[in-house]
Amino acid sequence: MDNLLLILQKTLIYAIPLLIVALGGCFAERSGIINLALEGEMIFGAFIGALCVRMFQGADGYLLAHPQLMFLVALLISGISGAIFSLLLSFASVKLKADQTIAGTALNLLAPAIFVTICLAFFNQEKLVMLDIPKYAIKNSELPFILAIFFDKAYLSTFVCIALFVVLSIWLYKSKVGMHLRACGEHPQAANSVGINVFKMRYLGTTISGFLAGVGGYAFIAASAAGTAESSVGGMGFLALAIMIFGNWNPVGIALGALLFGFLKCVGPLSGQIDFFKNLGLPIYFYNIIPYLIVIIVLIISRKKSGCPKAEGQPYDKGQR
Amino acid sequence: MLNKISSFFKKIWSFFKNNNSLLSSIISIGVGLVFGLIIMIIISFFTEDASIFDAFAGVGRLIIGPFSSGSARSLLSNFGDVIFYSVPLIMTGLSVAIAYKTGLFNIGAAGQYVMGTIGCLLVALYLPTTNRFSGILVWLLAFLAGAALGAIWGMIPGILKALFNINEVIICIMTNWIAANICTWLFTNCTSIISKENTKSAFLMKAYAAGNYTPKLGLDKIFNGSYIDMGIFLAIAIAIVIFIILNKTTFGYELKACGSNREASRYAGLNEKKNIILSMAIAGALAGMGACFYYLNSTEFKYSSQYASLPAYGFNGIASAFLANCHPIGIIFSSIFIRWINNGGEFLTGVGFNRYIADIVVAVIIYLAGFTRFVSELIVKYRKRKEKEVSRIDGKVIEYNPVKDGPKQEEPVDEKDKEPNPEAKEEVTSNG
Repeated sequence: MDNLLLILQKTLIYAIPLLIVALGGCFAERSGIINLALEGEMIFGAFIGALCVRMFQGADGYLLAHPQLMFLVALLISGISGAIFSLLLSFASVKLKADQTIAGTALNLLAPAIFVTICLAFFNQEKLVMLDIPKYAIKNSELPFILAIFFDKAYLSTFVCIALFVVLSIWLYKSKVGMHLRACGEHPQAANSVGINVFKMRYLGTTISGFLAGVGGYAFIAASAAGTAESSVGGMGFLALAIMIFGNWNPVGIALGALLFGFLKCVGPLSGQIDFFKNLGLPIYFYNIIPYLIVIIVLIISRKKSGCPKAEGQPYDKGQR
Repeated sequence: MLNKISSFFKKIWSFFKNNNSLLSSIISIGVGLVFGLIIMIIISFFTEDASIFDAFAGVGRLIIGPFSSGSARSLLSNFGDVIFYSVPLIMTGLSVAIAYKTGLFNIGAAGQYVMGTIGCLLVALYLPTTNRFSGILVWLLAFLAGAALGAIWGMIPGILKALFNINEVIICIMTNWIAANICTWLFTNCTSIISKENTKSAFLMKAYAAGNYTPKLGLDKIFNGSYIDMGIFLAIAIAIVIFIILNKTTFGYELKACGSNREASRYAGLNEKKNIILSMAIAGALAGMGACFYYLNSTEFKYSSQYASLPAYGFNGIASAFLANCHPIGIIFSSIFIRWINNGGEFLTGVGFNRYIADIVVAVIIYLAGFTRFVSELIVKYRKRKEKEVSRIDGKVIEYNPVKDGPKQEEPVDEKDKEPNPEAKEEVTSNG
């Protein structure tokens, strides 16, 4: 039971960044922009967040006495910087009608380069270590099993991200603006003909996407990487993109996909600690391959009509109306 | 003779003048370098290691690349290295490009590259070689094995896309990580071929036994002390073959038709499923070959990371492909260019900056390369305005003539318009 609890807790920690970043990808693609720059936005957001936390921790102030508030502020800063970084993508692909894959690829190269350049110039090392490791928001070892998954050894980012996920998913589907945004991804010409500003909606979608990617980036380095920001997030951004496609561009699917993938992904690293897996005697690489393999198999079995937004990746051209 | 030379130069000039995508690439390179300069100036304000003048020197070093190294000897070896390291980049770039022409986004070049690594290293290290001749044979086998494994790995997303209509991007990302894990798994267990220097972070192994390395053709004597071998010639040949396949054969036409409109190509009776699978297989083989060129080198120990990680070549291939607008011949130049700037970046420490500024410059250039369409539109607009001015002057001349001769007088003006004809060119470039 303890093992299962351990796995589930780790799953949550691993799945939360995937979940929130994949929702970010969903927002961008629903508005018609392929956000390949999720990885770069995560790195950039996490970098600025970690930089600010380091500054807060270095100076004596109100935030130093309240680490959880600092965590929240850092999440917000990461999100905003991710959103600002994503403006480069939306400017290129909405205003200048550039190829979105090129712009995304360029931003994925740009973010780590900026990170390492600044880190080397000011800290003389290639990674950014926070002075104090982010702490658990709640630690309570006497809870019953189900509650313990969420409320024992949990980071603040878990709750913030789940709340953001739920609110934004409902907003995307139930609000007027959300529906307008989705219309721009399906048929921008039709959307424009009823008075929706396609450019504005696409800017909005990409910016929210960048915000969520930044939040996810900080959640990742705070919970998974013990407060060390590096010039890569281990392909998390691309994995989130994959999870988004796996979830069929749909928040419910994304949530299921992220949890399934996170669970399978956590079995590998923990297989050495659990007797059941130890007795099987399989190498760790076998467990590492399983999540990717299962995603492919599930995709083959459950192939249904693709929920891919129809106008995804195409610059909006008013003349085509 | 003089006439011929001048007409030759005129031809080149008009090629440059009318090739809007090339012009906009050059513009984006210029802007990227200016951006690098600005960043270096900003950094120079904050650090004591460098002054503003160092920032200008830094940009100079980026531009001249390997020429930043002081002596002629190290210049040659650096130059050789630029060429050597650009070869895998050319191959992964071609891999991304041929898939892109078929309407597929091959983000899996990294995984195919890893599979190529497995194929070529296993064959090259396991098969016995006694002399140079058998070495060449083993080299060939290793090369083919790498290409074949890469092709198989590329075919997986192709087949799943063609038969089950599953998005190739997700399969590529998944197969990437599967490949990385398989590679590490295999090399951890193949203790017989891995030399003693199995460090904590990397396997070190000599990729050659008795001469099963890529032939050097004496290039190592010219570029003394560099890794360079004949891989660059093979890569150029392969790029030309891909260019011919794409532009001069029915198969290439089918691929491009499939890329620009899948439904229409099916309607026209093309087997679009076969084309998707074949295109991905070729893309995979190309990425695998890139790994072969990198690892089957004689000069040094090569390593493959012990952590299941993906090589940067796979993702940089996307960059080099798009910088060249997915043109096979252009990819040769864009790859060498990227490595050139990166090599110049390594000399930035001499003026108080770090080499990652080169990465920023490359990223900005690729970002701007995405604006090809926008910049070409600007160029066309500029030309039109200029032509209008010219024709307005011509028009005044025409007004002085008798009305009846008017049409005759206008003919030469039409011909003049035809020669640059930017609009027609623009259509071609934006489609391609």
